[in-house]
Amino acid sequence: MIKRLAAFVGENKKDALLTPVFVCLECVFEVLIPFLMANIIDKGVIVGDFGYTVKMGLVLALFAVLSVCCGISAARFSTNAASGFASNLRGALFHKVQEFSFSNIDKFSTSSIITRLTTDINNIMQAFVALLRIATRAPLMMIVSLVFAFSVNARLATIYLCAVPVLGVFVYCMFRKTFPMFQKVFKAYDGLNEVVQENLTGIRVVKSYVREEHEVNKFNKASNAIYTLFVKAERVMSFNMPGMQLAMYGCQILICWFGANMIVSHTMTTGQLSSIIAYSGMILASLMMLSMVLVMVSMAEASAKRAIEILDEQSDIVSPELAVTLVPDGSITFENVAFSYSGRADKNVLAGVNLEIKSGQTIGILGGTGSGKSTLVQMIPRLYDATEGTVKVGGINVKDYDVQALRDAVAMVLQKNELFSGTIKENLRWGNAEATDEEIIEACKLAQADEFVATMPDGYDTMIERGGTNVSGGQKQRLCIARALIKKPKILILDDSTSAVDTATEAAIREGFRSFIPDTTKLIIAQRISSVRDCDAIVVLDEGAISGIGTHDELMANNKIYREVYYSQQKGGED
Amino acid sequence: MPPMPRGMGATKPKSKNAGKTLKRILGYLMQYKLRLLGMVVCIIASAYAAAKSSLFLKTLIDDYITPMLVEKTPDLMAGLIRAILLLGVVFLVGVVCTFLYNRIMIPVGQGILKKVRDEMFAKMETLPIRYFDVNSHGDIMSHYTNDTDTLRQLITMTVPQLVNSVVSVVVLLVSMLSISFWMTLLTLAFTALNLFISGKTGGLSGKYFITQQRQLGDLNGYIEEMINGQKVVKVFNHEQDIVETFDKKNTALRGSAQKAFFISNLVMPIIMSIGYLQYVALAVAGAAMAIAGVGGVTLGGIVSFLQLSKSFNRPIDMMSQQISAIVMALAGAERIFELMDQEPEQDGGTVKLVRAKYDRDGETLLETDELTNIWAWRKQNEDGSYSYRRLVGDIVLNHVDFGYNDKKQILYDINIQADAGQKIAFVGHTGAGKTTITNLLNRFYDIQGGTITYDGIDITHICKSDLRRSLGVVLQDVNLFTGTVMENIRYGRLDATDEECIAAAQLANADNFIRLLPQGYDTVLSGDGAGLSQGQRQLIAIARAAVADPPVMILDEATSSIDTRTESIVQKGMDSLMYGRTVFVIAHRLSTVQNSDVIMVIDGGHIIERGNHDKLIAEKGQYYRLYTGAFELE
Repeated sequence: MIKRLAAFVGENKKDALLTPVFVCLECVFEVLIPFLMANIIDKGVIVGDFGYTVKMGLVLALFAVLSVCCGISAARFSTNAASGFASNLRGALFHKVQEFSFSNIDKFSTSSIITRLTTDINNIMQAFVALLRIATRAPLMMIVSLVFAFSVNARLATIYLCAVPVLGVFVYCMFRKTFPMFQKVFKAYDGLNEVVQENLTGIRVVKSYVREEHEVNKFNKASNAIYTLFVKAERVMSFNMPGMQLAMYGCQILICWFGANMIVSHTMTTGQLSSIIAYSGMILASLMMLSMVLVMVSMAEASAKRAIEILDEQSDIVSPELAVTLVPDGSITFENVAFSYSGRADKNVLAGVNLEIKSGQTIGILGGTGSGKSTLVQMIPRLYDATEGTVKVGGINVKDYDVQALRDAVAMVLQKNELFSGTIKENLRWGNAEATDEEIIEACKLAQADEFVATMPDGYDTMIERGGTNVSGGQKQRLCIARALIKKPKILILDDSTSAVDTATEAAIREGFRSFIPDTTKLIIAQRISSVRDCDAIVVLDEGAISGIGTHDELMANNKIYREVYYSQQKGGED
Repeated sequence: MPPMPRGMGATKPKSKNAGKTLKRILGYLMQYKLRLLGMVVCIIASAYAAAKSSLFLKTLIDDYITPMLVEKTPDLMAGLIRAILLLGVVFLVGVVCTFLYNRIMIPVGQGILKKVRDEMFAKMETLPIRYFDVNSHGDIMSHYTNDTDTLRQLITMTVPQLVNSVVSVVVLLVSMLSISFWMTLLTLAFTALNLFISGKTGGLSGKYFITQQRQLGDLNGYIEEMINGQKVVKVFNHEQDIVETFDKKNTALRGSAQKAFFISNLVMPIIMSIGYLQYVALAVAGAAMAIAGVGGVTLGGIVSFLQLSKSFNRPIDMMSQQISAIVMALAGAERIFELMDQEPEQDGGTVKLVRAKYDRDGETLLETDELTNIWAWRKQNEDGSYSYRRLVGDIVLNHVDFGYNDKKQILYDINIQADAGQKIAFVGHTGAGKTTITNLLNRFYDIQGGTITYDGIDITHICKSDLRRSLGVVLQDVNLFTGTVMENIRYGRLDATDEECIAAAQLANADNFIRLLPQGYDTVLSGDGAGLSQGQRQLIAIARAAVADPPVMILDEATSSIDTRTESIVQKGMDSLMYGRTVFVIAHRLSTVQNSDVIMVIDGGHIIERGNHDKLIAEKGQYYRLYTGAFELE
């Protein structure tokens, strides 16, 4: 895993490698300083040699300056490496997601992809910075401090040698004990946020049913769970600081006792004593830092795993070599097509579909929820690949086309459609970046959108807010249709795209299609019979299979489901 | 649809009223007076032990080592042992106190947080719908996440650290002064320099951090929007353009992140170096003073002082770091308090809904605890006695005017009379005001003109919760809650039995698909019922309303996502659900509303046509045009 991620350091490799070098140098200076200080005390202050004190003081000052230079360089290199790394990794993930097919997206779910690209990346970056600086610094600091302590006085330094492993085990045990506890706390937080989130979106339901108290109880339960878990985790954590202090104080007492004896018996100097005590602080600090890194890295581990999952995902829809780049016409053929979503192979969404659509025809598709209508049409621009059988456009298997060329020729208005933040014009130009203003207006007229756009304060330059919240459902659908029309496609697919448009407007849209884009093959998925009634042929889908194909009159005569749908929409007043 | 001004509650970096906010936080803290007192005592003891460890060097060197170097007497030896043992006791007390103050603060911090969270949520539940219209969900959510988190850090970390730092500074200062005044002065000079530099870099990095934070927010927002629309991106072959914009934003973020982190990373090495320089300066000055014999500085004094001055820097650095944490926490706390200070929904109603039964004479209503099927409105008369009126479901809107704000009126002079058991339908374009009318019935919003009465009682006189309990609502956007299917249905009436819930599901024709779910009625739904189709969600919502069994129902596009064939199957259930109730129906599909007693065609906030299907068709107005748009009658 580390190897995979390390690749994203990329052009910042030099920075990433230089960081530990400068961190090391910084450490060396930092440790050298107390060493020299011992000399100042022993040979300067105690002896009363003022000249020596000043001279060594200057050397020390020089070291301090060098140390700060190394520190600054380390800061510079590490931030370069870390921000570069995060940016590369984020970029790689985003680029990868752009290659994803619909089934890849379904597999991860949109919200999970977003979390991976935002929160997870952040966690990984923080751990990376910590690793670069602290993970080299802390152990080095400890080792160098120990070495120097030994060189000052080996016998006295053995005290540290005993204390460090004990402390190390202590820190590790604390970590092992508290880490799962804190993970539980985070899960409990998710539970709490869920309650809040549901109350925000469902506040009307809560208030309608007068369930405020019920919800408050639910919240208090989640809130209590956090309290209990947190208190438990923090109880364990409260041993951390005193434990470290105990170790440090213990060392100090031992050092004072033995040190005093050694000085008295002339095997050590006073200055050396003060240096050794100074090192105790450094060793303790490095241990604390190590434990912090440990926490950070293990938190980032889960994030890294999730990021790599995205990188490892293979897009299952790619253009073949020597791909066909021109779609000859808008005819569509389904030959024995079956489809099942990956991972649920036992259940076919569609099976045994045979269909022949001529270029320029208008085909209606009707069927209940879950009958496979959307899936059927999404195989035409290769948003999904058929599990069995072949889908042909213009007489050529869709798998032989260059994906981009195919999708340029097939415009599709999705059921769950999105507008993006930007002006209306910018949104419409998604269809064709070079479209002139006239072409845009023309498409909008056809989609019956021109009228309401014209009444908006800034007309076509009106800003659409994120998620298209400032237009109504019906307006959004019409803009989405216009956007698809601007592509001037050979095949136009409307997947229940006029459900929020009133029937009169919808009829006007259909009429426009008939007179202005007669050569485009049009596939219309709809709930209302009225939407598909005039089509050249209507396909009735039921539970993943074609139950009937024909004109309105033919289906009325020989298709029971169609008839039922028809009557379900006709009656109402009669009974 | 209510207006949705965005970004109203956008995060403000600074608190406007820090003093007041601080006072309020202190108010929460003060509930734990004893524990706080204990904490301060423990911190003082622990800081004293820490200072003692440095001061002891002076005692060790001056009182024992130096004299012993001259002559090693048993007296001195015994003294040394005693001193070290004493030190051991001090240390032990210190360790215990450190443990204690960590322990003491746990229930305080977590307790306050729990209290704040609970109070905030309870308050939120009482707020009017308008609040949720005006504030984006993300903003409200961040009160529970980011803002509470900064508060947590403030209470559980910053406060004890601050107390610790202050105590340490005082103890250390006193200790240093006890050794040498001049050397203390020199130390303070370095401290000032230290604070100056870290303040400067802090301010600078703060500036860059704001840029970085903004760009990160911008990039994350872009990612969110694009990934949400990823399928559209693919349909339009727009991947390349997206990637280009993303790369631009990503590179910009990288630049600003580099600057921000670089500057903040500078602080540590600089401060440490200043610490070394301070050490050197003190050593030189101390040596000079010792040699010159001024100020009574001893060898042990210098060694101790050097140690003390090093310890002195740490709390000072900590305090300067804590200031930014305090500022952030105050801003967060202020946002939390802002929510808590919102005006709750006003309820001036006094008329209550109670179970009732008829007296023996069969005419007078009496209040009862029995589970009768009769409900009555209970009104308190001026003399304190109660009068009762049977709940039937007559609803009258009389010259009702309404607007979400003063600037824009949404509904004009709406008059509706719905007799008990009637089915009233609203037809019209999106935004015509259909949903708004239903929102007025349950008093999600209050009207500006006219009156609405329920069984002849002005609804403003009815207790809000009782009013809402008497109205069932099924909305187009179904909201389900995390929990089993059964629990979701039972949401309609909490004391409903399993059998009643299943019967309701059967009525809504939801029973079939629910039984096909992996665990049937015990299948856990999460993420607002993700995994169910919109139509299935609507069926569950209908079942939920059926369990509630209210006399008046509002069906706002309740079957819009159910295909017409299934709808015609559900229709039977719907009909039996509607039977005997007053029902308000909003639907796009005219087939859904055709059999209504009265159909109101609404346009631009006015009722432009009213009457039953046949009458409206005969009038050949807007309804006729809509209808013929849907079916060309043969």
